[in-house]
This record gives sequence, C-alpha cells and structure tokens, in this order.
Amino acid sequence: MIEMKNVSKWYGKFQVLKDCSTRVEKGQVVVVCGPSGSGKSTLIKCVNGLEPFQKGEIVVNGVSVGDPGTDLPRLRSHIGMVFQNFELFPHMKVTDNINLAQVKVLGRSKEEASEKAHSLLERVGLKDQAEKYPGQLSGGQQQRVAIARALAMDPIAMLFDEPTSALDPEMINEVLDVMVELAQEGMTMMVVTHEMGFAKKVAHRVIFMDYGEIVEDATKDEFFGSPRSERAVQFLSKILHH
Amino acid sequence: MAYNWNWGVFFQDAMFGPGTYLDWMLSGLKWTVVVSLAAWLIAFSVGSVLGVLRTTSFRFLRGVAATYVEIFRNVPLLVQMFIWYFVVPELMPKDVGRWMKTGMPMPEHTSAILCLGFYTASRVAEQVRSGIESISRGQTYAAYAMGLTEVQVYRHVLLPMGYRIIIPPMTSEFLSIFKNSSVALTIGVLELTAQSRQITEFTFQGFEAFTLATVLYIMITMTVILLMRVVEGRFRVPGFIGTGGR
Amino acid sequence: MFAAFDWEVIWRTKAYLWQGMLFTFNLTLLAMVGGIILGTLLALMRLSSYRILNVPAGAYVNLLRSIPLILVIFWFYFLVPLAVKAITGSPYAEGIGPFYSALIAFTIFEAAYYCEIIRAGIQSVPRGQVDAAYALGLTYRQAMMRVVLPQAFRNMVPILLTQGVILFQDTSLVYVVGLTDFMGAASKVAQRDGRLVELYLFAAVVYFVLCFAASYYVKYLQARLTPASR
Repeated sequence: MIEMKNVSKWYGKFQVLKDCSTRVEKGQVVVVCGPSGSGKSTLIKCVNGLEPFQKGEIVVNGVSVGDPGTDLPRLRSHIGMVFQNFELFPHMKVTDNINLAQVKVLGRSKEEASEKAHSLLERVGLKDQAEKYPGQLSGGQQQRVAIARALAMDPIAMLFDEPTSALDPEMINEVLDVMVELAQEGMTMMVVTHEMGFAKKVAHRVIFMDYGEIVEDATKDEFFGSPRSERAVQFLSKILHH
Repeated sequence: MAYNWNWGVFFQDAMFGPGTYLDWMLSGLKWTVVVSLAAWLIAFSVGSVLGVLRTTSFRFLRGVAATYVEIFRNVPLLVQMFIWYFVVPELMPKDVGRWMKTGMPMPEHTSAILCLGFYTASRVAEQVRSGIESISRGQTYAAYAMGLTEVQVYRHVLLPMGYRIIIPPMTSEFLSIFKNSSVALTIGVLELTAQSRQITEFTFQGFEAFTLATVLYIMITMTVILLMRVVEGRFRVPGFIGTGGR
Repeated sequence: MFAAFDWEVIWRTKAYLWQGMLFTFNLTLLAMVGGIILGTLLALMRLSSYRILNVPAGAYVNLLRSIPLILVIFWFYFLVPLAVKAITGSPYAEGIGPFYSALIAFTIFEAAYYCEIIRAGIQSVPRGQVDAAYALGLTYRQAMMRVVLPQAFRNMVPILLTQGVILFQDTSLVYVVGLTDFMGAASKVAQRDGRLVELYLFAAVVYFVLCFAASYYVKYLQARLTPASR
C-alpha cells in the first residue's frame, strides 16, 4: 500500500532524512517512534507529499508521490491525515470542517456530506457537538473531530502525526480508543507516536528512527522483546519508565 | 489675545458661488468621503491580490508583489500625487495623455483616487501578507492533506482566517486613507482640509474653520471605528482566541 | 520617449535642491528628537494610574491620530504668529514664523505616534523587572530611568527608526505652506522652468533610494538586535 525506497531529504545542507526504506501493507498498523528531531514527522509528511524529498521514491497505492506529474490533491484525498495540533479550521463549525473536502474535493452534495458527517460524529462520540466551533471543544474532542474529518473522505490509509502529544493526559485515552477501534477494523495506518501502549495493543510493526535514519524496523514482538540497537534500548527505557 | 471670535461665519454667504461657508465645509466633507471610499476600493482589492501573491509558491509573482510594495511605500505620498497628476499624462502615448489632460472628467479627483488607492494598496498588501503568514503552517498542511488545491486552500482556509486576524490593523489603514486624502488638496481637490484653509483665507476666522474641520475628522474616525467594531463582531469566531504572536 | 525632456535641469539647480535637502534633514531630525521626548512623556502619562495624567494624554493621542497632518500644519501655521504676537506684542516677531510653526506642528503630531510606540515598548518589558527594581528599593523615577526605559528603548530602536523614515517622507508636506524643503525646492524649479516630469521623477527616485536604504538598514539592525528569536 505504502512503499518507500531510499528516501533522503535535506533542508539546505542539513540532512533530515537519510536513505529511509520501509513499507506498509494493506491492513497493517505501523508505529513510528523516536526522539524529537529524529525526522519521524517529516517522514510521514513525505508520504502524502506535504514535504518534498530530494532522493528516493515513495509509491502509494501504485502512484509515485515524488513524480512531478502526479495529481497530488487527488492522491491526498484518498489518504487521511491527523495532526498533532488537530488543525481544525477555527472559522468553520464542526460539520463544515467535515464537509469542506467532501464537497470541494469529492464533489459530494451538501446533504450527502452532512449525513456522512453526522454518522462519523456519532461514531467518535460527538454527535451533540456538530454545530459548535472548534474553539468551543476540548483538545480531545477536537482531535476526534479531526479523525472524523479524515474518515469522511473514505480513505484507503490513515496517517497520524503525534495525535496525542498536544493533549492533556486525561484526554489521551478518548483519542486512542477511537484509533484502536479503527485499527481493529482493518484500517491501514501509519502512526507517529510515543504511546507504546497503543503500539503493543494494535501495531503490526514498529519503526524506530534517530538522526533521520530508520534504525530499527521490526515486528511488534521483536521490537519490544529484544530491540537490537543500543539507541532503541535507551529510548525505550526513557519513555517506558516515566 | 486679540482675536475676533465669530462662529456665525459659517452662515455668511460665501465669497463666491452659491450658499454659505458651511456649504463649503459640507462639500469638502463630501469629497473627503467620496475620494477616500473610492480609493479604499482600489486599495483593498489590489492590496489583497498583492498580499496573496507575496505568499504563493510562485517565486516570480512574489518578486513582482514585493517590488510594488517597496516602491509605493518608499516614495512620499505627495510626490506620488504629483506624479499621477503631472507626470503620468506626459508619459502616456500622445492621444491618451491629451485625453487625460483635457477629456478625462474631473482629472484632479480621478488622479487623487488612483494615487491614494495604489499607495494604500501597498500597505494593505503588507497586512494581508502578515495575516496569512500568522496562520500556523499546520493549517495549510491540513488543508492540503484533504486534497484541496492551492486556490481552494486560500479560498476556504487562509483568507477567511487571515482577514479576520487583520481587522484591527486594517481599521487603522482605513482611517489613514481618510487622513491621507487631505494630500489631494495639493493638486486642487477641494476636500475638507482645503475648504477650511480657503475659508480662513477669505474670512480670517481660522479658529472656527479649523475647529470645525477637526471635529468633522474626529466624527469620521469615530464612525469608522464603530463600523469596524460591527464588522469584527459579525465575523467573530466563537471560542477562537487568536494565533498568538505579532 | 524622453527625447523632449531636459534632464540637465537637475544638474543646473543642484545647489538649490541640496539646500532643500538640508532643510528636510534638519526638520526630520529636530522633529524626531522633539517627538521622541514629548512622546516618552506622554507614554509615561498614559501608563500612569492617576486619571489626571492618563486621561489628558489619551485624549491628546486620540485627537492627533484622528486628524490629517496637513490640517495640523495649517493649525500651527495659523496659531504660531497669533501666539507670538500675543506674547511679545510685536507684529515684527512674526518673522520667526514658518520654520518654527512647521517644526512645532511636526513635533506635536509625531509625538502622538511615538507615544504609542514607546508605550508598547514599555509594556513589553516584563512586569517582573519593575517588581525587582522596586524590591531593591528603587524609586519610580530610578526604576524607569535605570531599568525599564533602557530595555524598552533597545527593543524599540527599529520601530522608532521606521517611524523616522515615515516622518522623513511626511516632511515633504511643508510644501503646503510654501516652505522650501527638498520637495519644495524641486517643485519650485519644476514650475519655474516648466520641467515637472523631470523634477518630480527625480524627487521620487531620491526619496526612494534614501528610504529604501534606511529601511534596509533597519531590517539589518532588527536581525542583529534579536538573534535567533525564531
């Protein structure tokens, strides 16, 4: 479904991604972790072309992301993405946030879009909040709306970029619960996160990154059982014991 | 101080033309408002386009817009006024130049409106740019990630929020255009300041004439501020606190 | 297209234009210094908790910011001779008129704008600094002069200079009372010799070069004063 081959990226002279290769099969959940500044957010933004990369190739569902001829908006409309800071559009009501791309990109009618929005809001437990503005919701609620907004496009895969790291601790679980449910339904997911509990529960594979490199790319059991690299061991000991 | 107060001066018949000096002041007020509003239409539309261009992904268009802004804000308004009125007709093809000097209706007013409009556009452009730039990068990412095109991202995400953020500085640009419209008197537009000056020269009642002009400008300012408050209230986003910074 | 134009007129009148430019520099500098001093006083008044200080200062600033600079110039061009006559009783003293009335007008007008810049600058100094100064036993005067204002002015240098560039452009408006600043000189030559196109374009280029260079320098200064702030 998602395949990366030798992807490298530079900001000026500084190399943020070094020769990264990996793949995510249909129906797989892959967790990407690593210290801050390790390039994991950049990597996931390369998947739908939000960040350009200079070398290598990324193929999503048979379409090459780096190819200048690729219709990026069309590709992106098939891949849902959820951000660290939710990124709901503050001037639009919850329903309008969810409807916008359905109407403007997929060309659905307003009624069709609204119907979809309401069923998704019900699914994430927020059907009473449909007419509110993002600023009137808690962080956890906003992130669940953001997930609903991405799902409304009937995506073939979902990207999560640290979806819980901007949340107050008591709100993390309401978001993780939605994500776990999604994983169990068989959604293809690539998730940048430090929530190792989530990884243990639903991930098929775990990727560990440091200094722009993929240091470890292993099945969940291998990764948590006996991580091979020194850096991964250190990282795990830091985040698991705090 | 040996000054002969005479507030009745406004009800005297004017030196020439029909009506009283009060009529002169009201006519001045009318032209101040007309010139300013017409110029604002140009400033707002041209400035918005330039401001957007300065943030787009096309390097060439960014350069064009940046050059425009630098030129128009580094030359005094008075000089620009003279250039629009005296110089532009000379530099046009002969027929156009002749028409501008003889055929164009109300050449002073037209030049003043164009000058003020294109001058203020450079300042509006800077506000629009800073409004768009103050929106976090994540919002743009999110919009693109949904599959929106660049035009759609501006239309549905960046501009609606950008304009809301810049309502306060745009209010002060809007106020500036009324004040700056007084520069039009240098090319012969009889706006509010010009009329008060003219009345002073004919009647020597400077206190009265300048006081009334001052009061009328204050009233314009208060009207604009009230109006913009209504605008701000109408477009307020519930629960939105601001994007922080600058 | 420029064949019919006579650009040499600028070279022939360079001494006169230079005199005008000196007048412009003079007026800009004096009005800037006066404006900053008066503006600082007004800013301190506006920030004071005494109504008798902050209400009049607020009224002053709001009044001056509501009316056009040209109207202010007219006001003082009209008032100063009256005031001089009232004080000295001599009509001959009117001779000091035009330059001083322009200088007073610009100082009074710019002070309102400087006041707002300086007020924001003072407010940008963290409250903790004032508390710390008082905790050391400094008086209000000492705390302001030694702790708050030095920090505030350092932060404000770029904006104060930018306002200076705006003032430099604004001084061209003394044209309306017939003074011979750079613009006044250019337009007098323009009208005497019938060379409007040449002189107004020349004036535009000169103003542009000076203002562009100055604002470029301000940007450079700003970058140096705030290292790696973002």
